Amino acid sequence: MREYETVIGLEVHCELATKTKIFCGCTTEFGGEPNTHVCPVCAGMPGTLPVLNKQVVEYALSAGVALNCDITQYCKFDRKNYFYPDLPKAYQISQLYLPICRNGHVDIEVDGVKKSIGIHEIHMEEDAGKLIHDEWEDCTIVDYNRCGVPLIEIVSEPDMRSADEVIVYLEKLRMILQYLGVSDCKMQEGSLRADINLSVREKGSDKLGTRTEMKNMNSFKAIARAIEGEMNRQIELLEKGKSVTQETRRWDDNKCASYAMRSKEDAQDYRYFPDPDLPPISISDAWLERVKAAQPEMRDAKCARYVKEYGLTEHDAAILTESRKMADIFEAAAAICTKPKEVSNWLMVDTMRLLKVHEMDAADLKFSPEHLAKLIELLDAGTINRPTARDVFEKVFAENVDPEAYVEANGLKIEADDGALKGVIEEIVAANPQSVADYHAGKKKAIGFLVGQTMKAMKGKADPGTVNKILAEILNQ
Amino acid sequence: MEITALTALELGKKIKAGEVTVEEAVKAQLEKIKERDGVYNCYVTVMEEEALKRAKEVQKRIDAGELDDSPLAGVPVAIKDNICTKGVLTTCSSKILNNFKPPYDAAVIEKLEAAGAVIIGKVNMDEFAMGSTTETSYFGPTKNPWNTERVPGGSSGGAAAAVAAEEAWYALGSDTGGSIRQPSSFCGVTGLKPTYGSVSRYGLIAYASSLDQIGPIARNVSDCAAVFEAIAGYDVKDSTSVKMDDYHFTEALVDDVKGLRIGIPKEYLGEGLDPEVKEAILAAAKTLEEKGAIVEMFDMDMVDYAIPAYYVIASAEASSNLSRFDGVKYGYRTPDFEDLQDVYKKTRDEGFGMEVKRRMMIGAFVLSSGYYDAYYIKALQVKALIKKGFDEAFAKYDIILGPTAPTTALKMGENLSDPLKMYLGDIYTVSVNLAGLPGISLPCGIDSDGLPIGVQMIGQAFSEKTLIRAAYSLEQTRSYERPACVKGEN
Repeated sequence: MREYETVIGLEVHCELATKTKIFCGCTTEFGGEPNTHVCPVCAGMPGTLPVLNKQVVEYALSAGVALNCDITQYCKFDRKNYFYPDLPKAYQISQLYLPICRNGHVDIEVDGVKKSIGIHEIHMEEDAGKLIHDEWEDCTIVDYNRCGVPLIEIVSEPDMRSADEVIVYLEKLRMILQYLGVSDCKMQEGSLRADINLSVREKGSDKLGTRTEMKNMNSFKAIARAIEGEMNRQIELLEKGKSVTQETRRWDDNKCASYAMRSKEDAQDYRYFPDPDLPPISISDAWLERVKAAQPEMRDAKCARYVKEYGLTEHDAAILTESRKMADIFEAAAAICTKPKEVSNWLMVDTMRLLKVHEMDAADLKFSPEHLAKLIELLDAGTINRPTARDVFEKVFAENVDPEAYVEANGLKIEADDGALKGVIEEIVAANPQSVADYHAGKKKAIGFLVGQTMKAMKGKADPGTVNKILAEILNQ
Repeated sequence: MEITALTALELGKKIKAGEVTVEEAVKAQLEKIKERDGVYNCYVTVMEEEALKRAKEVQKRIDAGELDDSPLAGVPVAIKDNICTKGVLTTCSSKILNNFKPPYDAAVIEKLEAAGAVIIGKVNMDEFAMGSTTETSYFGPTKNPWNTERVPGGSSGGAAAAVAAEEAWYALGSDTGGSIRQPSSFCGVTGLKPTYGSVSRYGLIAYASSLDQIGPIARNVSDCAAVFEAIAGYDVKDSTSVKMDDYHFTEALVDDVKGLRIGIPKEYLGEGLDPEVKEAILAAAKTLEEKGAIVEMFDMDMVDYAIPAYYVIASAEASSNLSRFDGVKYGYRTPDFEDLQDVYKKTRDEGFGMEVKRRMMIGAFVLSSGYYDAYYIKALQVKALIKKGFDEAFAKYDIILGPTAPTTALKMGENLSDPLKMYLGDIYTVSVNLAGLPGISLPCGIDSDGLPIGVQMIGQAFSEKTLIRAAYSLEQTRSYERPACVKGEN
């Protein structure tokens, strides 16, 4: 078999975090009963006109600056015309001729190798509605809630060569956009969607092969699988002496296979032309400078500051700053309880574990930094012990409960009566002569068993440190 | 004299003085509509019940002194059927919208209602404002009150005919390539197409968004000025709307053209112009000169290119604007279909008339990949040159004067079969829209067939006050003539 190289470019659609839609005042909130976040403008009623939400331009500029783009200071909206029931005006307001950002790049690192991925352009556009097929009634119904939610489409150059590079690029992109506060980038809610343009060619060739466009992947894992699948499908075709057809394909992650949606011959002519309802946007130097000055601290700067300011290791700082949400919680909690290392531990260990268990993104974290700080203070004051704190944290993580109230309500406080504790320990010592003998024979670890037994008897409401201390006193008498 | 023969401002005054109640005015108008509309077919929808109800509300506001600043308070108005009225049928005279009741009011409707206007009905038009005769309406043609064998012009033919036939005191029309001015000329009334951006388009069902503009049609310049004063204004809901420095248009109703520089493009008096129309236009120019204006002839380039550029741009925008009428959300839907494509194809095939289909096809073609630069971009370049031509002319003149249309009202059916001939009738009006300028048409004579002739004056962008003063001054030299058949009936 010949050796092949995969060439991949990405079109990433990212829903912007504006409160209202791009051309009207309707909310962008996800969910909601069908067709409740809708007005005559976003429903495309005859006679209505779009009015641009300036925040959309601000966010697009912010993204463009962070992705090292040239800014088109005189840009325009164009109409992309096509018929589909999820598009009530029968055209999407987008940008073709003068997109707001061009010629940027993102630097990534895969297995220690650094690489720059080119950004061809970023343009602003409106999202379409959603079609829902009602199996019961055998009909299709339309929900226009998403109509007019602002998007930016980030189009990369075909600079990626593997699924690994694609995933690293996407993670970096998501991290940047979340840091900027431009988007929450939740793939499950569709606020980050990637279409993959992929072709293969013989290694060493400088000519691009025929590409396909793959749609409908809703997780990074699905993207990786789709890339592997499409790469293999194309190589197989070429190996059989067949050719790849230029087409749009839909990925079915359940079947781990893709199928053709439409070929190039069926490609629609979108009859783009400048939207006469929207005057061109003129971005002054002053406006651009203001956006640049307002860019938040990005990850690399934050990471370095954590090492310097909080004395964290580079490794820990890197993990904490992977998501803006995590970093924000860290800084806020550290400021309240003044124990940055302890905060870092809770985030690095327990939080990370729970995120994994619940298959969640750091962006989905719901608990408040105040509650984490309070939990640490309770632990520090000896009001609860560490195992209890772990259990309480699960509640904080899941429901953002107030740890102080929760500990109180559930009677989780450590029993402060040392006399009672001493009595229990004496009973345990008496009941476990073998462990006591082991301890005296030099097996100092035997004390751990006795501590465990004590904690069990105390139903967790004792401080292991205190138990250890009393045990040592009794054993060494 | 019947109150229906009064001008809008005259009626407004009588209502304020308590000589006529709003209800009496509404009833008198409804009576006239009942009596005459069987012949002229101006109205698509008569809002009898709503208007009578509203008359009482407005009367209360007038009596309470809330509308003292509003000279049109209580005066009923007819609205072209492409302007959205909440809960009231708004059809664009098309089958495809034959059941469409908008969930909101157009900005101009809100403004008029705030000023105490009573909407009495929705008036006929060429389907989606595409046409110059009002014959392309799904609801049948409107007839010219001067001669029922003649067209009223278009596309605001229902509005102009209603005003001429005294079935309305005044009306709101829309003008994309002459649709206010040309029917005003054909029906012997006055129509103002304001500067692009001066009146909000929010709620005007778009034909060609970059050219459409709402404006008044009335029986004289004063009424037009008063209506324009009521509807003009910056609107946050229309991103193309513009804030003007001065909205006191009725202050310009002054009979004085001394020193006013008026230019007549030679190209506007050339081949294709009916000699009787030409004579009347020159006579109007002479009248203005006698009143102290400086009148000159000059050469204006690009006149020949205005029509092709207009039809490319307007059709392109229309093809996009009218795509939303697909049978999915509102309006007509074909009763029998197999699948989605079938819904689209049959609904649009059955729902749109010939002229609309023709323009959507032209529009889709000129925007299609490979032709975009050759047609659409080229047309935009012509548009820019036309605008430049006007700018140069306005360096020398305050007003440009010429005919509104090459002829007086055409016979019914004459142009329907020959679209190219119909398009050529727009030669003096379309450049005004391409350049975004204000233009006014007012009567200046009657031809040997007994049909009214209209003269057009064009001003610089946002110079409506100059335009109104010039038109008002010319109007003072002749009295308003009522259509023969209206006179005969009285």
